[in-house]
Amino acid sequence: MMQIDARGMYYRDLNKMIKEAAWAGETEFILDNVNGQRYIGTGVDRKVNITINGVPGNDLAAFANGPVITVNANAQDAIGNTMNDGLVVVHGLAGDVLGYAMRGGRIYIKDDVGYRVGIHMKEYRRQVPVIIAGGRAGDFFGEYMAGGIMMLLGLNRKPGQPLAGDYLGTGMHGGVIYLRGEVAAYRLGKEVAVFALDDGDEKTLQKYLGEFCDCFGLDYNQVREEKFCKLVPVSHRPYGRLYAG
Amino acid sequence: MQQEFERIPSGCAISGIMSTKGRRMNGEAIIRSIALMHERSNGLGGGFAAYGIYPDFKDHYAFHMIYHSEQSKMDAEAFLEENFIIDRSEPIPTRVTPGITDPPILWRYFLQIKPKRLIVFGRVDSPRAFVVNAVMTINNSIPGAFVASSGQNMGAFKGVGFPEDIGRFYRLDEYEAYIWTSHGRFPTNTPGWWGGAHPFCLLDWSVVHNGEISSYGINKRYLEMFGYCCELQTDTEVVAYLFDLLHRQQKVPLRLVCQALAPPFWKDIDMMDEAQRQMYTAIRQVYGPGMLNGPFSFVVASSRYMIGLNDRIKLRPMTCAVKDDLVFMASEESAIREISPDLDRVWTAKAGEPIIAELEEGAAV
Repeated sequence: MMQIDARGMYYRDLNKMIKEAAWAGETEFILDNVNGQRYIGTGVDRKVNITINGVPGNDLAAFANGPVITVNANAQDAIGNTMNDGLVVVHGLAGDVLGYAMRGGRIYIKDDVGYRVGIHMKEYRRQVPVIIAGGRAGDFFGEYMAGGIMMLLGLNRKPGQPLAGDYLGTGMHGGVIYLRGEVAAYRLGKEVAVFALDDGDEKTLQKYLGEFCDCFGLDYNQVREEKFCKLVPVSHRPYGRLYAG
Repeated sequence: MQQEFERIPSGCAISGIMSTKGRRMNGEAIIRSIALMHERSNGLGGGFAAYGIYPDFKDHYAFHMIYHSEQSKMDAEAFLEENFIIDRSEPIPTRVTPGITDPPILWRYFLQIKPKRLIVFGRVDSPRAFVVNAVMTINNSIPGAFVASSGQNMGAFKGVGFPEDIGRFYRLDEYEAYIWTSHGRFPTNTPGWWGGAHPFCLLDWSVVHNGEISSYGINKRYLEMFGYCCELQTDTEVVAYLFDLLHRQQKVPLRLVCQALAPPFWKDIDMMDEAQRQMYTAIRQVYGPGMLNGPFSFVVASSRYMIGLNDRIKLRPMTCAVKDDLVFMASEESAIREISPDLDRVWTAKAGEPIIAELEEGAAV
């Protein structure tokens, strides 16, 4: 196990230390006093565990390809930017553009998430990225989503508070968004429609939402007591005829 | 100004701290906060606004000046002497700091308006309007002279360099303020020069801004109709003048000023109840040319307030926090944790929703 006191460390020095140790075979990292260091976990291409005590900087796990990252604090913007594989678990809230262009791996956020979560997320065959947020989301959740799985739970939602902001699934043309509870129709993008869950959805929920609940010590059945629905795109090429007609 | 600056296309960082009890803090904390976001700046601009720093001169207008030459200084001083009683005139104290090169002449004056100058056509003008006119006249018509700040018991300290270097250059560890705001610049569309660094100030207003004001052209022409001249070659300037016009001159409440600058969308106005719908419709109709378009998060301060505002679709970040009497607003949470690791409350700002921290009634500042 490698324990690093990251107080005042420049992000490049910290990330270099982690990468070199990972290449040399180290698999357990504990980073204490992290505050604002960017790109933690970027370019780490193997299954190592990184525990972050403190608020990591922007682009946490950008281009990550395997590491399991646990954040015992809030996290900032652009987590999992173009992430390929691995798991990020945040015991707090997260900022904007979470999972931007993500193409594999899982990101689990305990509380609220910001604007444009899952923008341009995509999938290819067995590479299916997953984002689950336990709280509420800002506008543009799943904007231009082309693949993958997103779930929004609103576990901290108070009566009258919306689960998500406006423009939910705007421009979405692939993948699926699961919502715990309902959203007003005017918040939905023109490219999506609401459907009930089928057996395939149940399996997906058990697998990923089950793992999410395990991460945060939640009771899966209790979380499922509220009714879920799903959003899927009504066209896989919404702009296909834009310049053709 | 001289057109010798290269355009460097390349985010920004902002951070603000306010003690709502008016408790004054040394400038070291705000330097550490903005320095944590070093990567958001590129060394082409940094600056700070500080409130409560001149208790011995708190009723004087403190003019912080940037001069490109001794001639600019002489011309500006002739103008100031004609209109003001100069109770003190001195260089702004600086220290030699690596990374800060070629500073212009930086000077400050503690001024009282000559009472007879306030009488215009037999009528007594408002002192604040007089100061606004003086600032516009200097920026507009005295070559190489620029007013960095002109408020009472406050000042702006700005220049070309990384913000932490600018802070040390201006010896901010020697000042005590109850509001500090700061900016690290990454100029996008306009040159990096000393007058163009943030904050932008007028009277006791100051603005630090991350983003760009795409509506700058229409905002500028609107402000010109009310006598504001935009001479600093940076879009952010309009925000300070819009707050002055709408709040000081036209007495629009601050929350509504924010909602005139970043108004609700028509689709949202359509869903409001009748009274609200009428009010927001009127705001959009009257203040259409004052609306700010484009991505922004900014922190505006005055002697009683610190206000955070984001654009309507949240294209720039802002995190807010509270710890006891301290309110924090910054581009990143880590910039707040750096100076206050334990916080009572942390949240991210919503698009178009103003966050307003106000000095407590009776706070002695």
